[in-house]
Amino acid sequence: MIARIFALARAEMLILRRNWWLMMATGIMMLFALALTFAGSAPTGTLGVDMLTISVSSMTTLAVYLAPLLALMMSFDAIAGERDRGTLSLLLTYPAGRGEILMGKFLAQVTALGIATALGLGSAGIVAALYGGASPESLIALSRLIATATLLGAVFVALGYGLSALAKSPAAAAGLAAGLWLVFVVLFDLGLLGAVVMDGGGIFTQKIFPWVMVANPADAFRVWNIAASEGVALASGMGGAAKTLPNWAAPVSLLLWPLLAFVSARAVFRRVEP
Amino acid sequence: MMDNALIIRSADKFRGKTQVLTDVDLVVAPGERVALLGHNGAGKSTLIKMILGLTSIDGGDISIDGAKPGSNVARARTAFLPESVNFHPTLTGREQLTLFARLAGGDRPDIDALLDRVGLSEATNNRIATYSKGMRQRLGLAQVLLGQPKVALLDEPTSGLDPISRQDLYAIINELAAHGTAVLIASHALTEVEAQTDRIAILRKGIKVADDTLANLSHNAGLPTRMRILVQAGQADQIAKATGGERINGASVELYCDANQKMQELRRIAAMGDVVADIELTPPRLEDLYRHYSKEGQT
Ligand SMILES: Nc1ncnc2c1ncn2[C@@H]1O[C@H](COP(=O)(O)OP(=O)(O)O)[C@@H](O)[C@H]1O
Ligand SMILES: [Mg+2]
Repeated sequence: MIARIFALARAEMLILRRNWWLMMATGIMMLFALALTFAGSAPTGTLGVDMLTISVSSMTTLAVYLAPLLALMMSFDAIAGERDRGTLSLLLTYPAGRGEILMGKFLAQVTALGIATALGLGSAGIVAALYGGASPESLIALSRLIATATLLGAVFVALGYGLSALAKSPAAAAGLAAGLWLVFVVLFDLGLLGAVVMDGGGIFTQKIFPWVMVANPADAFRVWNIAASEGVALASGMGGAAKTLPNWAAPVSLLLWPLLAFVSARAVFRRVEP
Repeated sequence: MMDNALIIRSADKFRGKTQVLTDVDLVVAPGERVALLGHNGAGKSTLIKMILGLTSIDGGDISIDGAKPGSNVARARTAFLPESVNFHPTLTGREQLTLFARLAGGDRPDIDALLDRVGLSEATNNRIATYSKGMRQRLGLAQVLLGQPKVALLDEPTSGLDPISRQDLYAIINELAAHGTAVLIASHALTEVEAQTDRIAILRKGIKVADDTLANLSHNAGLPTRMRILVQAGQADQIAKATGGERINGASVELYCDANQKMQELRRIAAMGDVVADIELTPPRLEDLYRHYSKEGQT
């Protein structure tokens, strides 16, 4: 079983490398991270934190959008594309189970995303550190950012498999992926914001809102990075909601999501007839 | 019965409310080559997908060397060549075959020898995107040869192949059968499979209407032999009247007779003398046979 998963992962990795996906994703990450790091470098002095901390804080906001986007761009085609090309039926007649097929792709794509994130955000972080100073604390914050951004990506890779299995065609899968991204990354927060404004500081805002927020993996990612580092919280100016939650809430949410998403994607894939 | 590699017993399949397979029985012994014939939409691919466990069986049962369709054991023992086979365009032939070999497990096969066997040795390191349809078909065949399948299912294997490749294809099918693999070949063209198979099963609208050797099928169909009599100019009408045949043009007459009355008929026509210049005999063609068994109203 392990051998089959690795064989699938290896082939998938080869494809990601060969079709320039890995290069492009790394390039996009790096470009945006560098741009944000320098655009956001002005207020360093006033907050009394080093530049890497500021950079990590801006990159956290960036990664909330970019990691799910890149993950979905990679994964939406995984099943719909194979079915469309007619390669799925032959693959499914081999002794690899559907869970193994999904796991092989997952390993390769999450690894690719991890590499792109580490290189992209890491290099921007190093530039920031060289330019404006770093501390052991801010270096840890950078490592945490890279690890959690990869975890966030893993959630959306698995969610992408689920909708790829649901969709009738690659085009439909792409549409679903765009919708999913919009809901998790943009609309969810807008909705919460609206609810908080309507509530006007009542029970919902104090007790329920933080939990609903952290249930969204994108927000859990943000909360984890902000709550874990005082400097980052300061720089981002949004430690408020994070403070009312226990420390474990965001990590538990972000660690559970990939698992749940993968299990449900496998369940949907099981019902697919090639 | 137990020594059959593939046993299909009264298999039914529904697509929505329409029944696409009805009560299909079919067995294939180890080393046997069986052709599954039928027009487009007869249900050949559906039956193959049921054997592979890719689609559900709505009635009856299927056993692959004793295992259930789609089980790990069954998947390890079957080889499949899909209708218009395709692969990931970004991988090379060798990479794709290596992946399949690893998925199949067992001994590491000699990938280069396999690619050579199907005539792809020149293109092993080229991306599949650059392959022609025929080359993809060959790569598909190479993956059929991985491992030692007990059952090989080939869906329209000749489509997209030129005549020379067809010879190669049949050489490979015969090799598989010689090693004890039960081979089921789905096709809509009888001429493709006639001489190369031990038995022919014909599906018509999801119902098996025939299942026998080619010789027996021809005999049972009782199709007439066609005679074309070439006559001297201007004599066609007269001969047509005398033989009970049909005038085709001024110089030829056509008539049909049963196989067992052929000699009697020939003698009668020969006795007509110099008016008859020549006689051409055409035994029932395979296409006629196929048409006979797949005709409406026949069961
Ligand atoms: N995935 C499917 N969904 C619905 N109907 C299908 C599907 N696949 C095949 N059919 C129908 O089942 C019948 C048999 O098709 P098929 O097995 O492909 O025939 P053949 O391979 O003999 O040409 C056809 O009427 C076809 O339209
Ligand atoms: Mg077919």
